[in-house]
Amino acid sequence: MSVNPILEWTGVLLILVGSLMSVVSAFGIIRLPDIYTRSHAATKSSTLAVLLSLLGAFLYFWAHDGFFSIRILLGILFVFLTAPVAGHLICRAAYRSGVKLAEGSGDDELHHVLFPDKKDDDSSNRSSTITKEESLL
Amino acid sequence: MKTNDVILKTVTKVVVFIILTMAVYLFFSGHYSPGGGFIGGLVLASAIVLMYLAAGIEIVHKGMPFDFKIIAAIGVLLATGTGFASVLFGQDFLTQAAIAVHFPLIGEKELASVVLFEAGVTLTVVGVVVTIILNISEGGE
Repeated sequence: MSVNPILEWTGVLLILVGSLMSVVSAFGIIRLPDIYTRSHAATKSSTLAVLLSLLGAFLYFWAHDGFFSIRILLGILFVFLTAPVAGHLICRAAYRSGVKLAEGSGDDELHHVLFPDKKDDDSSNRSSTITKEESLL
Repeated sequence: MKTNDVILKTVTKVVVFIILTMAVYLFFSGHYSPGGGFIGGLVLASAIVLMYLAAGIEIVHKGMPFDFKIIAAIGVLLATGTGFASVLFGQDFLTQAAIAVHFPLIGEKELASVVLFEAGVTLTVVGVVVTIILNISEGGE
């Protein structure tokens, strides 16, 4: 009986950390500039939040009620497998439909691999705008 | 252009088995805990739809050459058949029976005829949902 309160409070602590993680994830979705960084916040930290909350619930019911829930373990495995893939697919669909990166991003090395014929137009556009701005300056 | 979706296909191969396990679990647990034929059928249909999304309709049809309209019809036939089976024994329509059977390894379990009715519900739900989604996706192109 002396183990059960420790396990219970471990579950409580895990659920608390999980809910803090989901708050962090929500702030990341609000604050970050473009869809790729937002998806970075939305998939990683909220996956961790869900995993921690489910693990906490599993530990709590195991210690408190003696109920070993296979469904929660299966849910942990399922979320761990599928949430990053969902983020990957959303980002891929956004990139392929031409959503721009945020201001101040580094070099876009994927662009001339995916759209080899568009590359010249973009660079010419960019150089033309740069020359225009420079001429304006 | 042929798109490269190795990640989706590989994860689908693993995840479909988890979804199918969950569907069978929900179907059999419906008598004593939340679950039953309807959500079991819905989860089963969602696994089939995930396979359609990942692999494409033609490849899945090669592996599962069913006409889902016929599966829905078989489900309705099974559900009404279990209703009429009680009429054959002189009971009212849809009267269900249950017997306790002693199995050699897992002990005493209850076998109920409601399971057959629920199997009919499951087949109907799977057939109807997959038929609706296939018709919508084919109409879109």
